[in-house]
Amino acid sequence: MTKTVNQKAWLLVLPVFAVVAFSAVLPLMTVVNYSVQDTFGNNQFFWNGLGWFQELLDPTSQFGERFFDSLWRNLLFSAIILAIEVPLGIAVALSMPREGRSVAFCLVLMALPLLIPWNVVGTIWQVFARSDIGLLGSFLNRIGIDYNYAGSALAAWVTIVTMDVWHWTSLVALLCYAGLKSIPDAYYQAARIDGASQWAIFRTIQLPKMRRVLLIAVLLRFMDSFMIYTEPFVLTGGGPGNATTFLSIDLVKLALGQFDLGRAAAMSLVYNLIILSVCWVFYTVMTNVDAGNRTVLTESDPADAAAAAGSLPQATTIPLDRRAA
Amino acid sequence: MRPRHVVMTLYLLFLMVPIYWLVNMSLKTNQEINSGMTLWPHAITFDNYIRIFTDPSWYGGYLNSLSYVAINTVLSIGLALPAAYAFSRYSFIGDKHLFFWLLSNRMAPPAVFALPFFNLYSAVGLFDTPWAVALAHCLFNVPLAVWILEGFMSGVPREIDETAAIDGYSFPRFFVKIFMPLIASGIGVAAFFCFMFSWVELLLARTLTSVDAKPIAATMTRTVSAAGMDWGLLAAAGVLTIVPGALVIWFVRNYIAKGFALGRV
Amino acid sequence: MARITLDHLAHAYGPNPQGPQDYALKEIDHVWRQGGAYALLGPSGCGKSTLLNIISGLVVPTRGRILFDDRDVTTVPTEGRNIAQVFQFPVVYDTMTVRENLAFPLKNRRVAPATIRSRVEEIAGLLDLTRVLDRRANNLTADMKQKISLGRGLVRPDVAAILFDEPLTVIDPHLKWQLRSTLKELHRKLDLTMIYVTHDQTEALTFADTVVVMHDGAVVQTGTPDELFERPAHTFVGHFIGSPGMNLLPAEVRGATATIEGHAIPLARHYPDLPKGKRIELGVRPEYVHLTPKGLGKGFTLPVQVRRIDDIGRQRLARVELGGRPLVATVAEGQSLDGTEAALTLDPRQIHIYADGALVPGEAA
Repeated sequence: MTKTVNQKAWLLVLPVFAVVAFSAVLPLMTVVNYSVQDTFGNNQFFWNGLGWFQELLDPTSQFGERFFDSLWRNLLFSAIILAIEVPLGIAVALSMPREGRSVAFCLVLMALPLLIPWNVVGTIWQVFARSDIGLLGSFLNRIGIDYNYAGSALAAWVTIVTMDVWHWTSLVALLCYAGLKSIPDAYYQAARIDGASQWAIFRTIQLPKMRRVLLIAVLLRFMDSFMIYTEPFVLTGGGPGNATTFLSIDLVKLALGQFDLGRAAAMSLVYNLIILSVCWVFYTVMTNVDAGNRTVLTESDPADAAAAAGSLPQATTIPLDRRAA
Repeated sequence: MRPRHVVMTLYLLFLMVPIYWLVNMSLKTNQEINSGMTLWPHAITFDNYIRIFTDPSWYGGYLNSLSYVAINTVLSIGLALPAAYAFSRYSFIGDKHLFFWLLSNRMAPPAVFALPFFNLYSAVGLFDTPWAVALAHCLFNVPLAVWILEGFMSGVPREIDETAAIDGYSFPRFFVKIFMPLIASGIGVAAFFCFMFSWVELLLARTLTSVDAKPIAATMTRTVSAAGMDWGLLAAAGVLTIVPGALVIWFVRNYIAKGFALGRV
Repeated sequence: MARITLDHLAHAYGPNPQGPQDYALKEIDHVWRQGGAYALLGPSGCGKSTLLNIISGLVVPTRGRILFDDRDVTTVPTEGRNIAQVFQFPVVYDTMTVRENLAFPLKNRRVAPATIRSRVEEIAGLLDLTRVLDRRANNLTADMKQKISLGRGLVRPDVAAILFDEPLTVIDPHLKWQLRSTLKELHRKLDLTMIYVTHDQTEALTFADTVVVMHDGAVVQTGTPDELFERPAHTFVGHFIGSPGMNLLPAEVRGATATIEGHAIPLARHYPDLPKGKRIELGVRPEYVHLTPKGLGKGFTLPVQVRRIDDIGRQRLARVELGGRPLVATVAEGQSLDGTEAALTLDPRQIHIYADGALVPGEAA
């Protein structure tokens, strides 16, 4: 579908533009402003140029080391949860009942974790995993596993990853389910006639049709896990030590805890830039996938067309020549 | 049982057990919670719930949360509708870049905006009102709503617009009377996602409020008292935050599959 | 390759069917001859897709058996039946090339790679797909895709029958003719049983040697295109096939004379004992009803009022009224008509008598 060129359409976009600009551009200007200044308190600022950025991106400085630590930690976390949630989400989507009341039942239960406030998700896992009052914690300790997410970094990681899987796998599953639902029955029937195995059906029909929604799922999950704040903040507070201090937690500590405005601002900008570039890569890939799906090469040979025209009279003879009988 | 039934059952169990534990805990007395493990409440008590419903600082939190969620949803959809229409129907200078820029805001980390928002809304005198939180959430919800609605609108054939114009409908009347009913499910889906994000977000909601507009999520982080954690009360408050979400899902259950495709599959 | 026998077959979608109204498919006995080109023709909702799905094994019938040659396959799943099906909307595996698409059914059946290769080349040649063999299948036009799904059926050497479920629905009009002649040609070359489901009479009549007309869950007539045209066994067939359809007029019939609104019409056949209490209708195709100016017709004529004359290219059709009953007649070329009064000539050998919709054979006079 080609769109009409109409510059007046800007008027329709203007309110959105104004609101988002007010909420995004103004604050970002403040951040940029802070990021190039230093202060001795008393609202007295002086120019610091790119000093904060140099410090941030220098892994040998204390601040830089801290930033890169949280960055790697966060990337590792994102990688782990993607590696678990995407396959699991696909498996769950494939396991959805085909029809009947149980479909709505499963959908409602699956969507439930997505609408729980993030701090409550933290709370749920706190009371679930604590070794003194939690079902999971006390069960693990009772069967002889020394488990205490407040004391051991490994236990904290396992708990946070499990919590994220609990919280977000449904999103991947629901997206995949929506993709699966859009496949016409004829595809499955054709595959059965062609003698395809379950695995072949998955590879040749289901996975290709899910590609688009999977891209969205990976994008959303990567972004959200890269910005995760509330759940680990409630559960572990970034600890033990700095074991679960992800970028957002670190940034909030820096900005609202220590009021170290210059460093926080520099970190914000770099953080934002990373996200923006990843987002751009995804967006480009996604638009290309769309474009690929939409372009149908209407190449048909002139010879074909001629043959079609030639066969026309022959095929029309029967019904119309009846009356001669 | 078939393997897929096993997968589904295990997955749903995995989802439900922690929630069960929260409900279980909310019905126990603190004495029972602290005195050892019980798989179900031996002495069921509703005291935790009664306290929440009678203490204004508790139930006020719910009202505050619901009010900024409502403001935000209405605001986001209202702003996004004309913009989504423009993106789905017209091409204009900078449309692609603008669309990407809008979407990129949905992806921006709230933590980056916490401090500048605090400064901004303090400066304009909105700090500690539901409007501050609602406007702040618009940064994330408006782009999302535009994106979802654009998907649904692109599915409506352009001929409808032209027919309506020929029939003498003015643009606003056409939009409200004809176009909006056609994408009603899209509006529902967009509203659902706005509700979802605004309801679950804590960082900005907590940063932009202090006393009057404090959301329930922030109230909950302060259940530590001199006598230690009040686990029962915390659990009860948690259960009550799940209820609105569960209600919303129940109403949209038949649209979930289509909704999560965001009108784009 | 096989003969397909439907033995007392019936199907209801709901559980516990009570009366005939619960059946999507009423009882059918039919034999599809090996190598025949069949069309299953009927309006949407007549049960033709249900019948097709029973043959392909996607639906298990409520009652009756289905045999391929002498093997009972009633409960055999699709993959065990050796049938191929071409669907309404083209089904191709998007991520594969045309070659991989064609090889897919053989690969799934673990055929040796060398055999697959030669077989794919052969079928591609037959369907004129050789040029695009190494192209991605999802970038091709709808008619190419339909050829690919047909090719996936043909590539199996043991295929018993090919089923077509309205295969031309999404094909551009000018390519429909071409694709259909490809099908006819393949049928001549390959000696395969083909069953073609459609609601389009032109498609059915041009494709098939034998047309099975279905109406309301039941087969109303099976015959060659000529038989369907010359001797419709049911008023539905008369009405549905031909454009415009057969003229049907309520009549009283005694012996070899029919009376319509007081006008007596001589018949070529004799109807001594028509069932009492049934609706008797006289049917005659517009092609055998000729309009002439008043007083010019040879032999027996009927006086009619002309309402309208439509020129539809090769012929002219007149909407006329006989004693208030509307019917359609043909106007001979070069014939000019004045006013509304005209005469109608009927060919008595082409008049059929129906009782409650069913053809009454009558006796030679």
